[in-house]
Amino acid sequence: MDFAFMRDSFVTLLGGVPLTLNLAFMSVSLGAILAMLLALMRMSGFKVLDWPAQAYVFVFRGTPLLVQIFLIYYGLGQFRPTLQEWGLWTFFREPYWCAVLALTLNTAAYASEIIRGGLQSVPHNQVEAARACGMSGFLLFRRIVFPIAVRQALPAYGSEIILMVKATSLASIITMMEVTGLAAKLISQSFRAVEVFVVAGLIYLILNFIITRIIMAIEWWLSPHLRRPPAIEPRLEAAHV
Amino acid sequence: MSNGVASLSTPLASAEAAAAVSVANLRKSFGNLEVLKGVSLSAREGDVISILGASGSGKSTMLRCINMLEVPDSGEIRIGGETIGLRQSRKGMMPADQRQVDRIRSRVAMVFQSFNLWSHLTILENVIEAPIHVQKRPRHECIAEAMELLNKVGIADKRNQYPSHLSGGQQQRAAIARALAMHPKVMLFDEPTSALDPELVGEVLRVMRSLAEEGRTMLVVTHEMGFARDVSNRVVFLHKGVVEEEGPPAEVFGAPKSERFKQFISSHR
Repeated sequence: MDFAFMRDSFVTLLGGVPLTLNLAFMSVSLGAILAMLLALMRMSGFKVLDWPAQAYVFVFRGTPLLVQIFLIYYGLGQFRPTLQEWGLWTFFREPYWCAVLALTLNTAAYASEIIRGGLQSVPHNQVEAARACGMSGFLLFRRIVFPIAVRQALPAYGSEIILMVKATSLASIITMMEVTGLAAKLISQSFRAVEVFVVAGLIYLILNFIITRIIMAIEWWLSPHLRRPPAIEPRLEAAHV
Repeated sequence: MSNGVASLSTPLASAEAAAAVSVANLRKSFGNLEVLKGVSLSAREGDVISILGASGSGKSTMLRCINMLEVPDSGEIRIGGETIGLRQSRKGMMPADQRQVDRIRSRVAMVFQSFNLWSHLTILENVIEAPIHVQKRPRHECIAEAMELLNKVGIADKRNQYPSHLSGGQQQRAAIARALAMHPKVMLFDEPTSALDPELVGEVLRVMRSLAEEGRTMLVVTHEMGFARDVSNRVVFLHKGVVEEEGPPAEVFGAPKSERFKQFISSHR
């Protein structure tokens, strides 16, 4: 092991961290919006909304992300004239947007199931209490159902975010120079695959360590009701024994 | 409960007093099971009505129909002179106007058997939630009033704790404070002490008794014979979806007309 080389590689690969985080952040946030929509479609009780959402989840969970990236980046290129006609070619021409789109569509499928599980686990009696107070529709959702569902869904959603950070490495296959892309480039120049990949793995580990901590902090902050109550102040008399 | 207290006379218990709640010919089926077979009941302002009956008699369903947590198949519900509009839909009866239902619900408070406090909010937040977001009252006013109510039910020191940190009796008192914060015209209690450990029942009944003494209109589904006898001014006994016996507690407990009610009393002594 050449530690000086590894240190240099570390510095080089750090240059890919902004793009890695950018891809993860974009796809997780856009994916969350789409996931919310899909979860609501599935729970709407209308077959015309439920079935398309189910089909979507089935397709995007059932096929590899790598295949989805290839299909969007290379596959859509075959429809270039049509896409140009629709004014979408400037979007699909960019590997960045293709990667964001593929990652977004993929995470939305998984996240919609997580959100649906969270929404379904909201205790019925708490919803009923809200109804009995005159809440309905969006107010009921915003004040009672959603806050409880988020607390239920957060641990699973945390795993999904970490999976997404790692999934961004697949974007290197369509020329994105994020951490893995830079690593591949460095290996092709230095032929030292082990050192470079160990460093790349270390960078992902550090990123995910930080993200895990942030998610844990959010969980802690959102769930005071699951912790022990604050200790009762010792009585003053106890001091005068 | 102590036996020495005479049944409460309410300030407005005259025949002319307006009916705060009235239900007429209420029918409700779940599948093939007809739970309510034409129940009628009316409560004047200040009435405290105890609704008794064995499990499956329809008493909870009747109470839940009053604020539309169950929608009756037929019949009429009037609250403060306003009839709740119903319409036929493909899935059975539906409220005709959700806004009317929401408005009525904000004046008809309900206390549940299992408290149903919102687990993600503190006790104080539970109490001010609906006044702020449903009734749109100013926050500082709601907090001040909530503090008074929590004092009244004796859990002001728990205001910043979460429901899961409280005992059942404390949770139920918090739920009563939450109900009172809506300034309800009518309060519905659905077996408020049935989920409590025996030693915690008393603290909740004491709060309910003080509400009755303030002249609040209360409909209480209960198994507490002491409460029915001593606190309420009318007792309704339901059996298999019909009103089997009804009257002032002294009358119905002293000289029950129905054979089933006699059996019911003797089994609940």
